[in-house]
Amino acid sequence: MSEYQLDQSVLKKIDQWAKKFPKEQPRSAVIKSLRFIQDHYGWLSDRQLDALAKHLNIPAIQVYEVASFYSMYHRKPVGRYTIGICDSISCMLCGSHDLMHYIENKLGVKPGETTKDGLFTLEEVECLAACTKAPVLLINGKDYYENMDPKSVDDLLEKLSQGDS
Amino acid sequence: MTNAIKQNQVCYRTFHLDQPWSLESYEKIGGYKIWKSVVAGEIKPDFIIQSIKDSMLMGRGGAGFPTGLKMGFVNRDKPGQKYLVCNSDESEPGTSKDRFILSKNPHQLIEGMAIAAYTMGATVAYNYMRGEFMHEFNQCEKALQEAKEAGLIGHHVLGSKISIQIHNLIGAGAYIVGEETAMLESLEGKRAMPRYKPPFPANYGLYGKPTTVNNTESLASIPVILEKGAEWFKSLGTEKSGGTKIFSVSGHVAKPGVFELPLGTSFKDLLKLCGGIRNNRGCKAVIPGGSSMKVVPGKTMLGAEMSYEGMKAVNSAIGSGGVIVMDDCTCMVHALTCIVKFYRDESCGQCTPCREGTGWLHEMLLDILSGKGKVEDVDRLVDVANKIEGRTICAFGEAVAWPVQSFIEHFRDEFVYFCRNGESMISGTKNGK
Repeated sequence: MSEYQLDQSVLKKIDQWAKKFPKEQPRSAVIKSLRFIQDHYGWLSDRQLDALAKHLNIPAIQVYEVASFYSMYHRKPVGRYTIGICDSISCMLCGSHDLMHYIENKLGVKPGETTKDGLFTLEEVECLAACTKAPVLLINGKDYYENMDPKSVDDLLEKLSQGDS
Repeated sequence: MTNAIKQNQVCYRTFHLDQPWSLESYEKIGGYKIWKSVVAGEIKPDFIIQSIKDSMLMGRGGAGFPTGLKMGFVNRDKPGQKYLVCNSDESEPGTSKDRFILSKNPHQLIEGMAIAAYTMGATVAYNYMRGEFMHEFNQCEKALQEAKEAGLIGHHVLGSKISIQIHNLIGAGAYIVGEETAMLESLEGKRAMPRYKPPFPANYGLYGKPTTVNNTESLASIPVILEKGAEWFKSLGTEKSGGTKIFSVSGHVAKPGVFELPLGTSFKDLLKLCGGIRNNRGCKAVIPGGSSMKVVPGKTMLGAEMSYEGMKAVNSAIGSGGVIVMDDCTCMVHALTCIVKFYRDESCGQCTPCREGTGWLHEMLLDILSGKGKVEDVDRLVDVANKIEGRTICAFGEAVAWPVQSFIEHFRDEFVYFCRNGESMISGTKNGK
């Protein structure tokens, strides 16, 4: 059996990123490398973590301990879109809990779960630094949707569902 | 008079321009002029440090440590690699200010970082942005590329002997990265667990080398301070709080927003800029500096001024400038539970009092919310908070203790009522868990 390899396009990005750090500090590239891998494969499997450790020439534990610490990494498969709803104080004061219940009912899932069609994973996330535009939703860990209400949630989910077809 | 307050004089000074993030826009308002003078040897490091000291700029990330003093901690003449790190891990609940510097005025931050790095003798600087800031990261990458192409950043800046490399970085989600030594750990590719101090970063920082970590707003203020003078900057604020501060106002105001204002602006005027409390309700409480700071009753806040000394006078702090406003329909038990849940989720787990204590606090509050609370739990909450405070490696312990202590100090009746009656004193409360 040949050894598992990360995709060449991902390795290229990792090598490019590693140039930001001193040559003798390959470990510094771990945090972003895991995001490159996740962006490509959707989530982080053990064999990808092992492959990254090997590529950076560092012990596997140094990759695993990072992957289990930071909240944006997915160690299990997720839907095509992750929907993060901010659960912190400014969004809570502006109705984020009602919005969470609305989305839970609409999609039929609880935080941490994925819809049966594999499209959406619901997540509770902490303050996104967009507090003046609460409540805030974050799609796939990078796209902000601000001042949300049930109507704009409906529109957003509709748009994302169509984008899939 | 709200109309008389001058806004956007420092970090947001490009915001009125078309494409404020471009090099062209930034140069139009005199951008990079100071950096060019520094590179030409017309402005010396000692003068820069003295100017920042005189300006009374204090760390805008939350701790409020004098920036000029910090800049002087690293001996620039000591041989060896040194590093500057810009802390753009904006994560303190209620705070949304650095985001706009990164996306709309990145060149001023680059100029501030270049000046600060040169002043401390560092040739490499990192700008560490929180994991969700992909848009902001891309804006900073574009600006950095422009600056490099213009010869302003890189090897032999503008043909001189000076070299400054700046790198934009992005994290992966962890509040604690905002703590400066946790940020250094994260930069080294590790779990973001704060280090014991001493040694301080100025002696043993990134990769064990002398390092200075400054907040985005602090660094972006530097070019303006040097351009217009320390005295000008200082005189914008009060006697004890120099300059301007960016306030992000969230919660129950009619028009939440982000405002760069002179320090010393009254809370009343700030509230006016936000259109007052929404639905003409009363102002019940305000957390003036991000959720880690102590809550202040609304009535007290209405007589307070937004400055370091003004917030100290009401037993809180200006922190990160994240102003969280709560109207008189807010259930303080629900609000505190939400805040404590945040700290429970974000504790890095290194120190027992914080790791275990945040869980205990949250469980007790959940019990109260579910009607299982006992009146003695109110004192027990304060007791647990008191035992976390001062017993952790970093200030996270205080960050969770202060809200608990202050919420119960000011709104004890509400907590006792909830324990006695199994329901909120505020009718119709439905938010919160």
